[in-house]
Amino acid sequence: MMNLLTKLLGWIDERFPLTSTWKAHASEYYAPKNFNFWYFFGGLALLVLVIQIVSGIFLTMNYKPDALFAFASVEYIMRDVQLGWILRNIHSTGASMFFIVIYLHMFRGLMYGSYRKPRELLWIIGMIIYLALMGEAFMGYLLPWGQMSFWGAQVIVNLFSSVPFVGHDLAILIRGDFVVSDITLNRFFALHVVAIPLILVLIIVAHLVALHEVGSNNPDGIEIKKNKGPDGHPLDGIPFFPYMVVKDAVAAVAFLIVFVSVVFFAPDMGGYFLEYNNFVPANPMKTPEHIAPVWYFTPYYAILRAVPPLFGSQFPGVVAMGVATVIFFALPWLDRGPVKSIRYRGPIYKGFLAAFVVSFIGLGYLGLMPATELYTWISRVLAVVYFAFFFLMPWYTKIDKCKPEPDRVTSK
Amino acid sequence: MNAIKKLGMLVLLMVAPAMAIASGAGVHLDTAPVNLKDQASLQRGAKLFTSRCLACHSANYMRYNRLTDIGMSEEQIKKELELPEDVKIGSTMQAAMDSNSAKLAYGVAPPDLSVIARSRSPDWLYTYMRSFYVDTNRTSGWNNTAFPSVGMPFVLADLQGEQALEVEQHEGHDIKKLILKTPGSMQPAEYDATVGDLTNYLVFMSEPSKLVRQQIGWVVLAFLSVLFVLVYALKKEIWKDIH
Repeated sequence: MMNLLTKLLGWIDERFPLTSTWKAHASEYYAPKNFNFWYFFGGLALLVLVIQIVSGIFLTMNYKPDALFAFASVEYIMRDVQLGWILRNIHSTGASMFFIVIYLHMFRGLMYGSYRKPRELLWIIGMIIYLALMGEAFMGYLLPWGQMSFWGAQVIVNLFSSVPFVGHDLAILIRGDFVVSDITLNRFFALHVVAIPLILVLIIVAHLVALHEVGSNNPDGIEIKKNKGPDGHPLDGIPFFPYMVVKDAVAAVAFLIVFVSVVFFAPDMGGYFLEYNNFVPANPMKTPEHIAPVWYFTPYYAILRAVPPLFGSQFPGVVAMGVATVIFFALPWLDRGPVKSIRYRGPIYKGFLAAFVVSFIGLGYLGLMPATELYTWISRVLAVVYFAFFFLMPWYTKIDKCKPEPDRVTSK
Repeated sequence: MNAIKKLGMLVLLMVAPAMAIASGAGVHLDTAPVNLKDQASLQRGAKLFTSRCLACHSANYMRYNRLTDIGMSEEQIKKELELPEDVKIGSTMQAAMDSNSAKLAYGVAPPDLSVIARSRSPDWLYTYMRSFYVDTNRTSGWNNTAFPSVGMPFVLADLQGEQALEVEQHEGHDIKKLILKTPGSMQPAEYDATVGDLTNYLVFMSEPSKLVRQQIGWVVLAFLSVLFVLVYALKKEIWKDIH
């Protein structure tokens, strides 16, 4: 029997690089052994992607992308499809969990300088994934065709019409109509179910290829490839299989416990994973009093509202929101610090990072609230803090008093 | 463990500000006595719903035979809810009045109530149905403190009676009070309990699988807890030679 399997493997290896790929990316791919809690989120993001794809496929079998039937078909899934409510709750919880995991994954990158040389491209590909994910989430949110689906899409697409000269046509191009309508629902469905997932999977593969080319960073921010043993493997590295696989498996099960707790006991999460107003069917004739995007977009939404209009145009706010999203791309070149990890950074960087976290969470909170005068002013202050973190980075990372990096990785 | 604590704190950090803002409508809401395990209450609520609410409102996503989930047999559903001969047990709950004539009569089309308990909170529904008062300025003759200028006339007036609004000045604030002027066929406590049953039913109808959802949830959590222990032990075993 064993003999037969070895023969089969040999037969495959002559035609397909199975054993060599396994070695290069698993059994002989070396990862730093000092990974901590923050290094779980990349793997968890992959897990959520699989959950979303599988639950999404089954939802697609029962959902109807038609303005007349969309809302009803979601209720049909919740009531008449066998265990359909599990699928729906998994998919809606997965959307929010995806962003929680990705934000923590990105924050890890900020803390340990994972965007620094030689990982600039890895970081940029990651940022493209993030943007694609935002598009995926935005378009998916229209599909239940509730009031928030409709008016959220209406507000966001209208932002594009503030672009000078081409804005009006651009908004029509996105909607396929003069208002968000059945046509918009159909194209968003096509993009959400086919186009963006395809792109996502492709760039996630590119993200992993880039990662395996340069190897992982670690909490000390030093290169494990600098210290190799006589066998040519990094002294501070351990093979991805089985070590990292079992470690990530522990994290995955812990994460699933949190995930299913939401799915089975609080799928609407107090109105933040599933907004209450989205249980009212979309009504183009009735604007809700208070339109707020889902929580994962609210930091940017708060920045949009914080910028005062210029000559009656919202365009400056739209630009600020756009810059706030894409500024992350520039991080590898904004950071001039002599060390990568927060462990060896000086107090100034730590202060700025802490201020950034406060501004991001604060803006996220304010983006959910009605724009009163006081809240708008707080948003302005926090928006300045948000941008200061990036625009002052070349200066403060340079003058910061850093500690010397160790030669070898440390545990704790 | 440390890591789990960190994760918990982070999730809390991200969610806590969101949790702080409740509905914020500014109207005091009474707590609705919702108990999805009380089948007698749900059945009373279902009877009231089909006999009163379905006159104008629909519940387009709710099938009559789903009431078997609250302990009614198909025979009971047909008999106790007085289903007309032509209505099949598997059909959804349609309004007796068509929505166009309702719109002509009340100015707005009565909303479908299938998921009303998910868009409005149970507490709001419970308060709303107890907050109607006589208002001669309205064409319907009724107004509501929880839903000012509501289009719906008070269809439970024969049960609760007629309330009047009295506004008292207290330290510069208006305090609105509803006073029962003409009693209905029910005592106030009896009426509150009846509205409680109706609210309970509306919560059930908004998500009929809610109880099953939680039951399955415990099984899944138990499975994952055992799996966690096993995977953690496996990790310990494999990692014992790493220092």
